[in-house]
Amino acid sequence: MTPMQKLLQLPVNAVNIVKTVQAQAQEEARSPVLTPDSIQQNWYSAVQPEELRNLKVAGTGGGDSEERAPLEEGVTSAQTQPLRHDDLKEMLDSNKDSLKLEAMKRIVAMIARGKNASDLFPAVVKNVACKNIEVKKLVYVYLVRYAEEQQDLALLSISTFQRGLKDPNQLIRASALRVLSSIRVTIIVPIMMLAIKEAASDMSPYVRKTAAHAIPKLYSLDPEQKDQLIEVIEKLLADKTTLVAGSVVMAFEEVCPERIDLIHKNYRKLCNLLIDVEEWGQVVIINMLTRYARTQFLNPNVNESLLEESGEKAFYGSDDEEGKEEKAEAAALAKRKPYVMDPDHRLLLRNTKPLLQSRNAAVVMAVAQLYFHLAPKAEVGVIAKALVRLMRSHSEVQYVVLQNVATMTIKRRGMFEPYLKSFYIRSTDPTQIKILKLEVLTNLANETNISTILREFQTYIKSMDKDFVAATIQAIGRCATNIGEVRDTCLNGLVQLLSNRDELVVAESVVVIKKLLQMQPEQHSDIIKHMAKLTDNIQVPMARASILWLIGEYCEHVPKIAPDVLRKMAKTFTNEEDIVKLQIINLAAKLYLTNSKQTKLLTQYVLNLAKYDQNYDIRDRARFIRQLIVPTDKSGALSKYAKKLFLALKPAPVLESPFKDRDHFQLGSLSHLLNAKAGGYQELPDWPETAPDPSVRNVEVKDSVIRLLERVTTLTSVPEWTKCSSREKRKEKKVEKPFYSDSEEESGPTESADSESDSASGSGSGSESEESGSGSESEESREESESEQEDKEDEEDKRKKKKKTDRGKVKAPAVESPESEESSGAEEKNRAQKVKGRRSGSESESEEEEESESESSRSESESESESESDTDAKKKKKAPVTKPPPKQAKKESKKEKKEMSLLDLDDFEPTPSPQVTPVNNFLSSSLVTDLEGLSLTDTVMAPTTIAPSGSVKTYELLHRITGEGLGVEYCFSRQPFSPDAHMVAVQIMFTNNTNAETKNLHVEDPKLQSGMRIKEFPEIELLPPGEMVTVVMGIDFCDSTQAANFQLCTHIRKFFVSIQPPVGELMMPVFMTENEFKKEQEKLLQLSLGQLMGMNEISEKLTLGEKCQNEHGIVQRVTSAANVSRVPCGSDKECRFAGKTVSSGILVLVTVATKEERAAQLTVNCEKMVIGTMLVKDILQALTQ
Amino acid sequence: MIHSLFLINSSSDIFLEKHWKSVISRSVCDYFFEVQEKAGEAENVPPVIHAGHHYLINIYREKIFFVSVIQSEVPPLFVIEFLHHVAETFQDYFGECSESAIKDNVVIVYELLEEMLDNGFPLATESNILKELIKPPNILRSVVNSITGSCNVGETLPTGQLSTIPWRRAGVKYTNNEAYFDVVEEIDAILDKTGSVVFAEIQGVIDACVNLTGMPDLTLSFMNPRLLDDVSFHPCVRFKRWESERVLSFIPPDGNFRLLSYHVSAQNLVAIPIYVKQNISFFETGSSGRLDITVGPKQTMGKTVEAVFVTINMPKVVLSANLTATQGNYTYNPVTKTLVWDIGKLSQQKLPNLKGSLTLQCGAPKPEESPSLNIDLKIQQLAISGLKVNRLDMYGEKYKPFKGVKYVSKAGKFQVRT
Repeated sequence: MTPMQKLLQLPVNAVNIVKTVQAQAQEEARSPVLTPDSIQQNWYSAVQPEELRNLKVAGTGGGDSEERAPLEEGVTSAQTQPLRHDDLKEMLDSNKDSLKLEAMKRIVAMIARGKNASDLFPAVVKNVACKNIEVKKLVYVYLVRYAEEQQDLALLSISTFQRGLKDPNQLIRASALRVLSSIRVTIIVPIMMLAIKEAASDMSPYVRKTAAHAIPKLYSLDPEQKDQLIEVIEKLLADKTTLVAGSVVMAFEEVCPERIDLIHKNYRKLCNLLIDVEEWGQVVIINMLTRYARTQFLNPNVNESLLEESGEKAFYGSDDEEGKEEKAEAAALAKRKPYVMDPDHRLLLRNTKPLLQSRNAAVVMAVAQLYFHLAPKAEVGVIAKALVRLMRSHSEVQYVVLQNVATMTIKRRGMFEPYLKSFYIRSTDPTQIKILKLEVLTNLANETNISTILREFQTYIKSMDKDFVAATIQAIGRCATNIGEVRDTCLNGLVQLLSNRDELVVAESVVVIKKLLQMQPEQHSDIIKHMAKLTDNIQVPMARASILWLIGEYCEHVPKIAPDVLRKMAKTFTNEEDIVKLQIINLAAKLYLTNSKQTKLLTQYVLNLAKYDQNYDIRDRARFIRQLIVPTDKSGALSKYAKKLFLALKPAPVLESPFKDRDHFQLGSLSHLLNAKAGGYQELPDWPETAPDPSVRNVEVKDSVIRLLERVTTLTSVPEWTKCSSREKRKEKKVEKPFYSDSEEESGPTESADSESDSASGSGSGSESEESGSGSESEESREESESEQEDKEDEEDKRKKKKKTDRGKVKAPAVESPESEESSGAEEKNRAQKVKGRRSGSESESEEEEESESESSRSESESESESESDTDAKKKKKAPVTKPPPKQAKKESKKEKKEMSLLDLDDFEPTPSPQVTPVNNFLSSSLVTDLEGLSLTDTVMAPTTIAPSGSVKTYELLHRITGEGLGVEYCFSRQPFSPDAHMVAVQIMFTNNTNAETKNLHVEDPKLQSGMRIKEFPEIELLPPGEMVTVVMGIDFCDSTQAANFQLCTHIRKFFVSIQPPVGELMMPVFMTENEFKKEQEKLLQLSLGQLMGMNEISEKLTLGEKCQNEHGIVQRVTSAANVSRVPCGSDKECRFAGKTVSSGILVLVTVATKEERAAQLTVNCEKMVIGTMLVKDILQALTQ
Repeated sequence: MIHSLFLINSSSDIFLEKHWKSVISRSVCDYFFEVQEKAGEAENVPPVIHAGHHYLINIYREKIFFVSVIQSEVPPLFVIEFLHHVAETFQDYFGECSESAIKDNVVIVYELLEEMLDNGFPLATESNILKELIKPPNILRSVVNSITGSCNVGETLPTGQLSTIPWRRAGVKYTNNEAYFDVVEEIDAILDKTGSVVFAEIQGVIDACVNLTGMPDLTLSFMNPRLLDDVSFHPCVRFKRWESERVLSFIPPDGNFRLLSYHVSAQNLVAIPIYVKQNISFFETGSSGRLDITVGPKQTMGKTVEAVFVTINMPKVVLSANLTATQGNYTYNPVTKTLVWDIGKLSQQKLPNLKGSLTLQCGAPKPEESPSLNIDLKIQQLAISGLKVNRLDMYGEKYKPFKGVKYVSKAGKFQVRT
């Protein structure tokens, strides 16, 4: 007994001390095998169930323990137990919480030590309704532990929990459900079922989480409830909170992993929530999604050869309009359809990737296995770095990771090659880690790195850890068999080891040498001779046997030595180990057949010895061989073939990694680690031949959106935009937008989904913070502005992209080309570009996918530089167009989105559309400013610059509700900001919707990215109620779409706001002629050819939207999406636009070439690739709508 | 998932058991004992053991085996990570994760385990939440508790678990608002006989101690974030901000936590702060050997190298060592065969040297293996990779916190082969 145990049993009075000591003494005296626990169990199993119940009923009938006591005493012979527990019972019965607590603590300590405390059940269960929280908690602990054994008594406590389930406090509800579901008593299954169902629709996500936890508990208690439980799971799967997601997926995995169909509708949501789920839930979800993806998507590596040629295009390329070469290739390749990755597949890969940065090794491993099993070959590489990082973790983590790495290195060696040195072994590593590292090093060995690896191995051989040395020798052997070039070197090295003093080392070397020699025995007779000499010294049986086998097998190479060895062996035969004896017989037989003159007698002697051996195997073998080789009358036909039988050419053994083929188990799983199927292992399904219908994952939002829409429209005194046509369009957009279009739109929606989850990670989704009410003010306001402006989020994503590419990009000096351009020349350039793009694409397969994406889009580009004149189109543009409805509609739909999430909270507040009134007002003002701008700019470009003015978009800076009556909107007026030419002018409109005056409106405390500058507007001293005022401020965005954050202050409050520009607003128009345009384009192209990765041209195919099929429409759309000016152009099939970025004056050239039908091609040339990419996307969106 | 947990000490006593589902007899641990015996050393016990109908996944920490019983397929790393998390929670609560600490606080341990897992699936694992549910023990509280009869289970229930910021509790209040960041870098290196670098890399962590009132939103930026090659974050760090701007933006947990661990890209050459000249040789005859080690500072960036230790695991035949050290002192443990030379500070002028003879077991052949030197060192006020924190900004709260950054470089797995 440890002092601690004594302490815990420290009784209240001296009498008890004596008792306890006695009790302990007696307990110790008892057999250690028969712990009280096991006695108890014996008793239970001995009694029939019915009897048991009777016994118990009898025991509980009186409702107190005294009646039970004698019963137990009789059966358990635990005379001491009641004695010791009496004081505890007394304490539990007392009125003082402190005494109860003390008693419970001691009981829990007993449970923790594995001592049986079941006889206290009645006394403890009485306290289940105790007021003291700690006592209660400990009672719960006790109850959960013993309820199974004392089912009837446990029922007494149920009503308490049922009461708890109705408690107004969510945490009490949750804890009641937790304990209730943990009591493994079959009778209460219906009660549990009911409780779970109720909790699954509880208001509180925490209670719902508990319900999810309870599902597998109930399932394990009563599997017949499965159907009902699946219903609950289905319901909880639809839950939108991160808190529930992990738990319900866990329940899904335990109860109905085969019901993959339940996931369809929730797939995208789970992908998007993933990053915010707590880490343990992430692991479960990722593992489940791996399996899901294997059933729903196509193998991305199926057309491996095709991928090599045009990998990126296959992933993202449009389905129909591939280039001709592409078609030819595809046709050549067994007429397979080119692989197009399902956008949902891409979504999964994209959303799990950041989790490689998790601090939790299990999460990293889960993502790694997901990538290994699901990602296109070119992308799997990203996991290597993260896995190597895990090698710094605890040795248990290392062990598991190395096992998985070992399997991966067999399939994809290249992935880990750069990290070869991270697998170098330190003398302080535990042996099991050393051996695994060795395995990885061996798998990684190839012609190029083998010399380094062998040098490493040489140090390892000197290690003190003999098991490790043996493993190293085997590893050398494997390297030698796999890599022919070093076979001789290895062999020599191993032969040197034969003189090692350590026998184990020598023995291991002999075994390995034997295997190596089998590959090319002719050249190595000296080695065989050398080994023959070793038989005198080596005692390790395996090594001796190996040597003997070698000599026998190649006895013609050592004709003189072999008989001598046999002679020596015959002498020691009786003392040898069995395997050695067998090999001696073998050697004798072989020698008899080749050199019977010298060895006939020796063979007979050996066979005679073997005939009387103790081991029957050896006796059998001797008998068999004698019949076979010694020709007698009876031996018959077989002995003729004896030579063929014995001296047949034996195939060399193949030294294989033990990790070969382990990857049919899902990596990271227990089964993979054990290389055997563990219970409950879900087989990783094979890829389907054809993809199941992807539309099953579409989430039905139609109805709800329409409903919402109607609600909104009725609430907001019917603005113009709710005309039927626009509504329909909106609906269409809402439903249609995510993920459907395979081709052009591929990246757009998934990315926005991505960034949505980002905003949630930053500040949590609205619904959650609302419920807990703990989100700080600033958090909330920011989050609102985020959710309102989807565009902004899109851009955030792009910004990220830009950073990435910027990093990778090497700036090359601009090369001036005096070449006069010809249209054919440009075409050639483009073709060269195309080829290069493809090549560099394959080179950078492991690069970020974004990069390859844009590359592929570029490779699609086809230059068309026909020159035809067009003049009337220009005139058409002159008339400024009225406001375009789709823009507004879009904004409205965004608003709805936000309101929808509010609706989830059940506290939807009708918000009258705030911009209905200001719009007209504002438009006129912006027109004015634009006209002002006219005077500053060239007259020729005037018509083109004025065109977009009618369609200037306003953005909300501060909603009037969050602004407590102060509504603020802004727009990009597109006029030069006179105080500083590098700044973008932002027009800000303040509306005071309150009844009080707002004073001292000004900007404060801007938080800007480095390089960004802000020119504040002059303070507005007074804004009377109902009034509106417009000011202009300048922001230098540094040509990035990063938001400018600042505080908007009134005399009473401060609001955090941010302005984020669409990329099109970061530029200003430049006037140039067609020739100039072409020259600049040429220059940019050459630049990009000069630098390897530079991509100054991005082009994209598109189908023009209905409303912009004519040139006029195109010009209008483009100029409204970006602040660029039209370049006069001779062809009526091309529209060209030019602009430069405001901050650094980098040229941006846009070309839209129309083709037959509504097809068109958009090309953007810009030195800043990110700006180009984003611009392409924006214009694309504008044109396709 | 996790069915049961057994804690086993070094003398194979099961001193704590906890079951989250039905009870599993402790006889299941016999499989473990069997494997343990076979493995010899504790660190060679495989983390996953197949035990009949069960699987035992175990970790070894602070001389305690945490053996968990698993019944069906589960990612082994999931369990291993969780067990380490349990051990860290004990450490956090009791100051140490030792057998005696666990036994002294068995009730709290039990309560913790109860909260951390529900039906074998992790429930509340964030230390901030746990501390709200179950208050960590301290002397004052235990005195107060015994007098007033109050308890150490939180009366109010944690809000963190319900909010979107599960790692931080609400209503934190401090009179002194402080935020400290320790940038700790470890050099992992293997040097070969001649002193040239076989392999070297830098692994760093930023440990934070943040005691700030309310809900501060912090932004930590670096002078040279590009140095960081591979990073892993505390869940509080906003990944997207890092991706786009290379700043760490986060709402910190309350108290101590590891904000970031990173790896410095391999392209950057790792500065090795010291050099070691060593010569250990054994004579063919006479059962003796000679040892001569000199340590000197190399690339230290003007800082002093402190707390230098050289540890050598000698071959088994080495009986004793008779050496003289010009600086510091040495000990040789003939049982574990380890020679430890505690040098202390390295000075530029006089290079510490350890020289003398080794006595080998009589008649034993000369050992063939060569012992390697494990070096330990510490350099204060220097991050060897050159990483520098630029600034720390706080948003969301009004007060001005006290901010501090400390840099330390240490030797990680720093080994010199002979």
